[in-house]
Amino acid sequence: MTEDNQRRVVSVIVVNEASVLSRITDLFSGRGYNITSLTVAPIPESKYSRLTIVTAGSVRVIEQITKQLHKLIPVLRVYEHEDMVEKEMAMIKLPISENLSDINALCEAYNGKIVNAGENTIIAMVTDEPKRIDNFLNAIKRYNPKEIVRSGAVALER
Amino acid sequence: MQISGAQMVIEAFIAEGVDTVFGYPGGAIMNVYDEIYKQDKFQHILNRHEQASVHAAEGYSKASGKVGVAMITSGPGFTNAVTGLADAYMDSIPLVVISGQVPMFLIGTDAFQEIDAVGISRSCTKHNYLVTDIKDLPRILKEAFYIARSGRPGPVHIDIPKDITAEIGEFDYDIELDLETYKPHTKGNPRQIKKAIEAIAKAKRPLFYLGGGIINANAAYLVRELVQKTGIPAVETFMARGVLSFDDELLIGMLGMHGSYASNMAMSETDLVIGLGVRFDDRVTGKLSEFAKNADVIHVDIDPASISKLVNADYPIVGDVKNVVSDMLEQVEKIDSNNYESWRETIINFNELHPLTFHEDSERIKPQWVVKRVGELLGDDANISTDVGQHQMWAGQFYPFTRPRQFVSSSGLGTMGFGFPAAIGVKAASPEKISINFTGDGSILMNVQELMTAVEKKIPVINIILNNNFLGMVRQWQTLFYDKRHSETDLSVQPDFVKLAEAFGGIGYRVKTKEEFDAALKDAVEKNIVAFIEVIVHRMENVMPMVPSGGSLFNMMLLEKKGDK
Ligand SMILES: Cc1ncc(C[n+]2csc(CCOP(=O)(O)OP(=O)(O)O)c2C)c(N)n1
Ligand SMILES: [Mg+2]
Repeated sequence: MTEDNQRRVVSVIVVNEASVLSRITDLFSGRGYNITSLTVAPIPESKYSRLTIVTAGSVRVIEQITKQLHKLIPVLRVYEHEDMVEKEMAMIKLPISENLSDINALCEAYNGKIVNAGENTIIAMVTDEPKRIDNFLNAIKRYNPKEIVRSGAVALER
Repeated sequence: MQISGAQMVIEAFIAEGVDTVFGYPGGAIMNVYDEIYKQDKFQHILNRHEQASVHAAEGYSKASGKVGVAMITSGPGFTNAVTGLADAYMDSIPLVVISGQVPMFLIGTDAFQEIDAVGISRSCTKHNYLVTDIKDLPRILKEAFYIARSGRPGPVHIDIPKDITAEIGEFDYDIELDLETYKPHTKGNPRQIKKAIEAIAKAKRPLFYLGGGIINANAAYLVRELVQKTGIPAVETFMARGVLSFDDELLIGMLGMHGSYASNMAMSETDLVIGLGVRFDDRVTGKLSEFAKNADVIHVDIDPASISKLVNADYPIVGDVKNVVSDMLEQVEKIDSNNYESWRETIINFNELHPLTFHEDSERIKPQWVVKRVGELLGDDANISTDVGQHQMWAGQFYPFTRPRQFVSSSGLGTMGFGFPAAIGVKAASPEKISINFTGDGSILMNVQELMTAVEKKIPVINIILNNNFLGMVRQWQTLFYDKRHSETDLSVQPDFVKLAEAFGGIGYRVKTKEEFDAALKDAVEKNIVAFIEVIVHRMENVMPMVPSGGSLFNMMLLEKKGDK
């Protein structure tokens, strides 16, 4: 087994009930696994929620994570993604004085646009693969962003 | 039927066949205690500390195979019980522990005796519940018992706010449980089992590695049959003592940190490990990279997360050990026990080279002698509990266990103070056996108040205190690895254990010779009341052999040969 620290995306379907999220995050902290990002929302018309967890670890650690997750009573299913479509969203607040058409062009390259304009600031939004969001956030730096928020990744197996 | 939440708890206990509840009352759980007062279907044993209630429930469960039940109040009652929950969690003991909580309208207000109990118990229970609606209570009670005992067993904690135990609701316990997300896998994959059998048939030096999961699965007698029919030697973990009888020729002994030389060498030389209900604990494996280095591994366990967690399994089989072993027995004729003749001889040679033994001393009783002697005098008639320390290891090494569920000890958590209350639970579960607790001068003080419980309820546990005036196990490590700096382990200042027992209404003995010991034990068994037998033993005795922490199983510190001090 390799001991490399590879990035992994795991989706977890859980019963929508009190403290289920703590069970999951406690498991990660208690066993020393790390969470890069975590998103959670109810699955429409069901009693379940879906979590997407981005984590990192060796093959053995990832295997343990999925098994330990599965052991939790309210967990219905755990997917360790192999071949997935993965997306993340980011919003950026920028001064309105910056070059808005340049910003808009940049956003468009990352499936985004300017979504709000206020008196002093605008908010732009992009949706793309997490790796490309990194690139975008690097590129946007020159326009003096005031605030950045990332949603964390969501994924679906192909 | 329309009853209160408190009555629902009682009705659920009755439906589950609970005959003994261990506990301690307080404000938030009073509604339930009021119903306990009114019923006569089960006995309640009032321990004198909530930790002891949970340990007693553990002892009860281990001896009986049933779910142990404990009941406590909110706040400090609950926090006192946490060690017991953690202990049961580590050793996979099925418990249902019910705590009172402040009323719903006070939750989150830092009310008197409010603590986030489920927040605390989450990481040391198999599952837990905070009841927030009386409608959920019957289902939660039923689920709790089911979850505790099924799959890999473990403790389940239910926290019930006081207003919920007072509220009236509909109670129907004949509900079908619909646990879509919890379906333990109990049947082993037939293809994997077939492959495992073929691997065994081909192996030259196979070795059974037997664990506590066998006892949980009530599979010991099937495992005995499998061992016997295959002629394959076996080692047991500390948790598995009693799976094979001590006089079984194929039982090499206990393995691990204080396992026998032959067991650890067998594990180092085997070419096929057959792990049944084990989890490759670090106290068993020593240095992982050197563990069973030349072997393929068959690993049977109910818990998929135990498989390939630490040691890669070449033949993983998820399932209940009992089912898997009985499936294996159906194909057992494919295995020829004659193939392992020379392997068995190798092991006999290991044993002759460094047998598990100790040196007698002319002045002081050796602690190992006490364990052996109790074995000679009581043997199968006794159930054995222990506390934690050197005495615990000696009990595991030297007691002649003859049956599963005869031995109860805190293995995974190593909880000092476990032994006495656990022995109370053991006695409550099997009154026909003598309940012995091997304990130390350190450990016994950690739940000594249970003398009162034992006296009140006439539970005649015999505590054999191997008094070395030390926190012996820690002292041993200090002697060996800290250049004899015995930091805070000297227990020269001690209570009078005889008077202590007597002060509660028990009986005490202080013995210095073998004759005195025999007489005291005989007397204690006849008197049939809770007893302390304090045995003054050799102070500096070490538990040997020993694999130093992180070392390899084949690199053991061995008992010095007689004379070379
Ligand atoms: C609650 C708890 N505290 C501390 C320890 C660490 N510890 C392990 S063995 C031991 C010494 C036990 O002394 P004693 O009961 O006299 O047994 P002996 O080793 O002398 O036989 C200690 C302090 C523990 N296991 N449990
Ligand atoms: Mg001691």
